[in-house]
Amino acid sequence: MKKLFSLVLCLVTTACLFAGCGSSDKYPNGKVYVYNWGEYIDEETIKLFEKETGIEVIYDEFDTNETMYPKIEAGASNYDVVCPSDYMIQKMIDNDLLAELNWDNLPNARANIGAEYYEQSLAFDPGNLYSVPYCWGTVGILYNTTMVDEPVTSWSILWDETYKDSILMQDSVRDLFMVALKELGYSMNSTNESELQEAKELLIAQKPLVQAYVIDQVRDKMIGDEAAIGVIYSGEAIYTQRENPNLAYVIPEEGTNIWIDSWVIPKNAENKENAEKFIDFMCRGDIALMNFEFITYSTPNTAARDLIEDDDIRNSEIAFPDLSKYDKLETFSYLGEEADTLYNNLWKEIKSYTSY
Amino acid sequence: MKNAARRIYIALIFIFMYAPIATLGVLSFNASKSRAKWGGFTVKWYVSLFENEEIMRALWNTLSIALISSLVATVVGTISCIAIQSMKKKGRAIVMGVTNIPMLNADIVTGISLMLLFIVLGIRLGFFTILLSHITFNIPYVILSVMPRMKQLNPSVYEAALDLGASHVQAFFKVIFPDILPGVLSGFLMAFTMSLDDFIITYFTKGPGIDTLSTKIYTEVRKGIKPEMYALSTIIFVVVLVLLFLVNRTPKDKPAK
Amino acid sequence: MNKKMLSLPYLFWCAVFIIIPLCMVVYYGLTDKTGAFTLANIAAIATAEHAKALWFSLLLSFAGTVICLLLAYPLAMILSGMKVSQHSFIVLIFILPMWMNFLLRTMAWETLLEKNGIINTILHFLHLPALNIINTPSAIILGMVYNFLPFMVLPIYNALTKIDNNVVNAARDLGAGSFQTFSRIIFPLSLPGVISGITMVFVPALTTFVISTLLGGSKILLIGNVIEQEFTQTGNWHLGSGLSIVLMIFILINMVLSAVFDKDGEGATL
Repeated sequence: MKKLFSLVLCLVTTACLFAGCGSSDKYPNGKVYVYNWGEYIDEETIKLFEKETGIEVIYDEFDTNETMYPKIEAGASNYDVVCPSDYMIQKMIDNDLLAELNWDNLPNARANIGAEYYEQSLAFDPGNLYSVPYCWGTVGILYNTTMVDEPVTSWSILWDETYKDSILMQDSVRDLFMVALKELGYSMNSTNESELQEAKELLIAQKPLVQAYVIDQVRDKMIGDEAAIGVIYSGEAIYTQRENPNLAYVIPEEGTNIWIDSWVIPKNAENKENAEKFIDFMCRGDIALMNFEFITYSTPNTAARDLIEDDDIRNSEIAFPDLSKYDKLETFSYLGEEADTLYNNLWKEIKSYTSY
Repeated sequence: MKNAARRIYIALIFIFMYAPIATLGVLSFNASKSRAKWGGFTVKWYVSLFENEEIMRALWNTLSIALISSLVATVVGTISCIAIQSMKKKGRAIVMGVTNIPMLNADIVTGISLMLLFIVLGIRLGFFTILLSHITFNIPYVILSVMPRMKQLNPSVYEAALDLGASHVQAFFKVIFPDILPGVLSGFLMAFTMSLDDFIITYFTKGPGIDTLSTKIYTEVRKGIKPEMYALSTIIFVVVLVLLFLVNRTPKDKPAK
Repeated sequence: MNKKMLSLPYLFWCAVFIIIPLCMVVYYGLTDKTGAFTLANIAAIATAEHAKALWFSLLLSFAGTVICLLLAYPLAMILSGMKVSQHSFIVLIFILPMWMNFLLRTMAWETLLEKNGIINTILHFLHLPALNIINTPSAIILGMVYNFLPFMVLPIYNALTKIDNNVVNAARDLGAGSFQTFSRIIFPLSLPGVISGITMVFVPALTTFVISTLLGGSKILLIGNVIEQEFTQTGNWHLGSGLSIVLMIFILINMVLSAVFDKDGEGATL
């Protein structure tokens, strides 16, 4: 029995030997705490930043806007740079959680990010005071052409009985309601209770057809031919198509969500200057290109787009759709606490519904 | 006949226990980044694993937290067991009730409640807060595996040792400890393993920039696990397995009892 | 006297890291956003969605616990009958899987159970009908049994190995049959292990949210999912705390029950 003990100790010490601890002398210029989506950056770019600036990056990841928010609000952890989506940025501004940016420190951000993206940001960040766009995209339908014969143009295919148990829906409240609201022809920022009730009924009716409610697992399941149709972020479409050429991505004719994820600095940040250096570094053309190639989400960085060598990608309808072709695109906005509660309660009703 | 049935039963359970692990092992050699597709055989993840500083740091955090917290919990837990055993019935019931709380409570409530505590006390979330939380939820596992052994002890043996002139400490180590040792060791192992495997409580009590393997994997679950993680788990598993066989092959110093 | 002092560090630890944090949860559960006293967060369990989630949780975790017990007891009996020198080996065999992260292991079940997963590929190869349990309650129960089986096996195994062989032999000598020996001697002596096994399986099963998310495809809402969502997504800690209090009541019931049974166990042990 004693050997059991020594076994564990032995294992731990050997493991520690090659795990080791990072030394702090390498970074004379302080730290920056970054809080970003999972798998949403090329880690090489972080290393380059550390090398060039001598600032140590402490990098952390979250999985949905909703899980990120309480952490920032609680104030227990002081992040210097965060990357939320549009409506969440609005909520953070409303609740006074963000610091204003000093644009003098952000030359790359001013020069390289396309003007149209700043304009789009005005919807949630009036005056462009708080945010620098990092990635953007749409939400659409990814389908497997070997399983779906008809042309897919509309959200209504998600209610088609023939695809029972082969449909994947998003497991986050706003994305889920967006699909139903758009299918019904309403705004996806609706706060009208009867519209939302209608959307809820529609989603409940759909539930027996749905294989699973997932977030990014859509990717693996579509690649593995597990499902025929899935609701997915455009940025994932390029990657999944590379892995499984039978997949196709469409933006439904009823319109969809066009979203932006942007860098912001929380009010309680302790290293604001380093934070701005980090943001500006990420806006450099070559760096943004590295990130684009790694995560395949559309970049608002025009300098980076010009550097893309592959014509197919640079002009890809998925990565860089011509937005003028779609007239019913909307961006999420923060709907206020009351509407948030309403959405969440209706969502709970959908989730707790079972047909047995 | 009876023996064959037993063997088959054990074999079935082992297949059930180890099928997912075999799956992970296979995935670690998959050239495709997606778990849903077999992209050919590769060992590149085993190479890139050691170049991945973040995973290495998470491994270090996980192991050191697990080791320190389980050692502390084992010592505190075993000592507490003696104290609890000597209490009156009512007191014992109350203390055992409290002990059960972190185990019986939803992890998420324990996690949140500890996070609230640290925020109110103004302790910055980080390595230390995770460690404190892990000790807290590890102690009950030690107590619960020591306690049944303790209950089965004959109290008069201890008293007899005292009567024969042994000090309390002597009596404990000579009489009680050998009997409860299997419980203590399995408590330690349980605590170590629970700490290694914990996700929820760590998630709520961790601060920026500190990750254990669990929290790192969780953020990756939604996005697709990095294949290096499969490789790391496979290595850990194989190392433990090999050590286990080595330990069992060497001649025993003496029979366990 | 001496022994009482030994309990002081632990009692202090309990107070700071268990009782006080718990009081905070109770405080949150009994107040609203403005800090005023309210019972609304607790009454919320009566709403259709929450009551259903709780019911499902109880049902699935009960099923999971029963299956665990049925699988684990014979296993522990077989294992405890093996040679003594293999004790640590046996314990480790069951703990070993836990060294692979539980999120990874649960994900691996997804890979195994999927429509085009490994099990179905094998079944298809053998011309057997496909197994379609992924994203159903059965898959969640399977996940529970898989993840928590060691918690049932180990305490029972621990209790069984502690039984003196002479007692069993004595019973045999006195004319007890196999069944009688089991029901009158072995089972009662192993009861403390069974009780702690049940506790260690039932509670995590009751409060899980990860297993239902991964293997249930988020289609089945368990009470753990509701609480998790209130804390991490909706941000309504008051409601989450209120529901946690309700959950704790069920856990309390479990504690009282096991205390009652444990008393019998003690009586039988001597």
